[in-house]
Amino acid sequence: MIEHNDIDRIPGRSTTGHEWDGIRELNTPLPRWWILAFYATILWAIGYWVVYPAWPLLSNYTTGALHYSTRASVVSDLAGLEKLRGEKMAVLGKASLTEIENDPALLALARARGKTVFADNCAPCHGSGAAGAKGYPNLNDDDWLWGGSLDQILQTIQFGARSGHAEAHEGQMLAFGRDGILKIGEIVTVANYVRSLSGLTTAANFDAAAATRIFAENCAVCHGENAKGNQALGAPNLTDGIWLYGSDEATLVETISYGRTGVMPAWSGRLDPITVKALAVYVHSLGGGQ
Amino acid sequence: MNKTVSQDDLLIEEDRPLYVAHRTVYPQSVRGTFRTIKWRLMAVCLGIYYLLPFVRWHRGLGAPDQAVLLDLPNRRFYFFFIELWPQELYYFTGLLVLAAMALFLMNALGGRIWCGYLCPQTAWTDLFYAVERWVEGDRRERLRAAARPITMGRAAKRVLKHAIWLTVAWWTGGAWVLYFADAQTLVRDLATFQAPAIAYIWIGILTASTYLLAGYMREQVCVYMCPWPRIQAALTDEWALNVTYKYDRGEQRCSLKKSVDLRARGERVGDCIDCNQCAAVCPAGIDIRNGAQLGCIQCGLCIDACDAVMKKVGRKTRLIGYDNDINIRRRMDGKSELFKPVRPRTIVYASLIAVVCAVMLYALLSRTLLDLSVLHDRNPVAVKLSDGSIRNGYTVRLLNKRGFDRVVAIDIDGPPEASVHVVGVDSVTVDRPMIVLARDTTTELRVLVTAPVDNKSERSMPVRFRVTDIGLGEVASATDHFVLP
Repeated sequence: MIEHNDIDRIPGRSTTGHEWDGIRELNTPLPRWWILAFYATILWAIGYWVVYPAWPLLSNYTTGALHYSTRASVVSDLAGLEKLRGEKMAVLGKASLTEIENDPALLALARARGKTVFADNCAPCHGSGAAGAKGYPNLNDDDWLWGGSLDQILQTIQFGARSGHAEAHEGQMLAFGRDGILKIGEIVTVANYVRSLSGLTTAANFDAAAATRIFAENCAVCHGENAKGNQALGAPNLTDGIWLYGSDEATLVETISYGRTGVMPAWSGRLDPITVKALAVYVHSLGGGQ
Repeated sequence: MNKTVSQDDLLIEEDRPLYVAHRTVYPQSVRGTFRTIKWRLMAVCLGIYYLLPFVRWHRGLGAPDQAVLLDLPNRRFYFFFIELWPQELYYFTGLLVLAAMALFLMNALGGRIWCGYLCPQTAWTDLFYAVERWVEGDRRERLRAAARPITMGRAAKRVLKHAIWLTVAWWTGGAWVLYFADAQTLVRDLATFQAPAIAYIWIGILTASTYLLAGYMREQVCVYMCPWPRIQAALTDEWALNVTYKYDRGEQRCSLKKSVDLRARGERVGDCIDCNQCAAVCPAGIDIRNGAQLGCIQCGLCIDACDAVMKKVGRKTRLIGYDNDINIRRRMDGKSELFKPVRPRTIVYASLIAVVCAVMLYALLSRTLLDLSVLHDRNPVAVKLSDGSIRNGYTVRLLNKRGFDRVVAIDIDGPPEASVHVVGVDSVTVDRPMIVLARDTTTELRVLVTAPVDNKSERSMPVRFRVTDIGLGEVASATDHFVLP
């Protein structure tokens, strides 16, 4: 028998018998509801083992009575989502690009769809806001290498540029320096000439007459006599304020010497036609296209 | 308190457990002023609750014609002539402030008026008690029955009682869901099992909670679950009128017979004849003569009970009544009673109520039915165009709160020579894009503003978007910035 007065005088209740510096703890058993809840959780856990995948085995795991798998449920959820969207997206498939853009509801739908697809597929090169980067066009502005109408944008997304697809845009900026077509002096001269076309400053000893001749003989074929570019060939307009790779003399010399062959992948094989259509409308709506 | 408190009492007070197991209360029926007030208030409150969803209010074609409707799927709240949109939820802030101030004011004037007369818990518990009394008899019958083994007749009565309780609880849950959908349609759908599952779920939840809270937990809710008793204890002051046992008049308690003898001998005895009627009628099962306490919901039924007894024994009524400690002390000191409903505290509460009411009324009367919000593109913030000019993109959201479609024009005051273009909108009249806004909806537009810039231009210029209803002439505007890259 424990040698202590195991009844606390004030509340008249028994204590645990332990004493710390004269303080004794009242013997308060766990409440019944708590005990019951505790047993209920144990039962629940056993139920879980039976119903859901639970035990890791050496090379596998117990699959449980329901054979539940998160992957399978994600797949079925995605299928359900596609089905849910199917009807609405089918409307986008039937409407023409112009019809979509002129109908507020369809435009909102296409923009919503295009925005997510853009973020997943296009943002790595063109940036999340489609503002582009060096070598990757800004899709918000009004300067389009291959054309900025709805149909032209659609075509570019579908087949890309220099993508290897049979219908892709083809066009090449030759490597005038590397291939020995122009000498370095001529390249510097024509680089200065191109800068002068859009009102940028030129080198002091720049020979305008020679530059005009070199441009007419080598560049005008693609960029045009007046250097306004040619969208059929993806040749940029050299007289505007927008430069894909940069407008300083060194960058221009590099461009002329080695050429530029930026590639845009073809998306028709990776994205379904309706999604590509929504994407075209989205991109066109960013800056209003051309 | 003039009652002497012994050391034992203190110990009991301190050692009282935080939770006392439920002990059934058998309140006795009572008649009187406060009982009548309670019946009438209950009829009004429950009547409003049960019937309001069926009140119609014509709002025009296509709009719901239910006077009070919380249309969650369409995100519209209708309250008679008011239609609230999600962005106007601040009205509810106003309502909450009003509710709080009204509670404070009530509390400052008459204690827990809310608890005693208006609280849903009180109203439904009262109703459930009435049902219980009607089926199983009054306090004495039920006390007697509780002490004896159950019989068939009593079992049948008990089944009947629970059936009525469940019916009331079910109808309470049913009325709740009617506020969230067209009541007449929903009643039909519920009856034919066509209603959405969520309606049945909510009816189930509220049936269960009403049945449990009003049928079983009763005063336990007030004592253990409700925060208001604690808060009101902090809010009350010595001037607030509370249901009080006037111990200055009642003590020493003395039986009627004995008091007659003692008084004849010229000794002083109190008016309380210790009949315990006040405790017998109390729905919270407390004895008001122990002073102000947490369990007291101040419903005033003890006043009715005491008054009835006082009339019977030919003594002055209101031995228990609305009173405060100040007056008890004043009477004991031989001074006259003093009531001060107008005090700094009540003036502050009343003026706050008036101010909030005025602000809400102003907001309601001056609320616009055409509105817009503008969000500047963040990426990219500005785009350089081939001719050197700069374009900024904005997401403009237009709100048409009227019940009909209308045509608006968008124009801007911004940087010099700026032009505005709305994506997907071709119709341009006098350089302004025109948009059709469907009734009672928001319309989101992508708006591009282009301006030629030179090296004198500022990095950031204010731009004001203005929408004009070309039919009604209503104008709304919002300001944003036009920035250079």
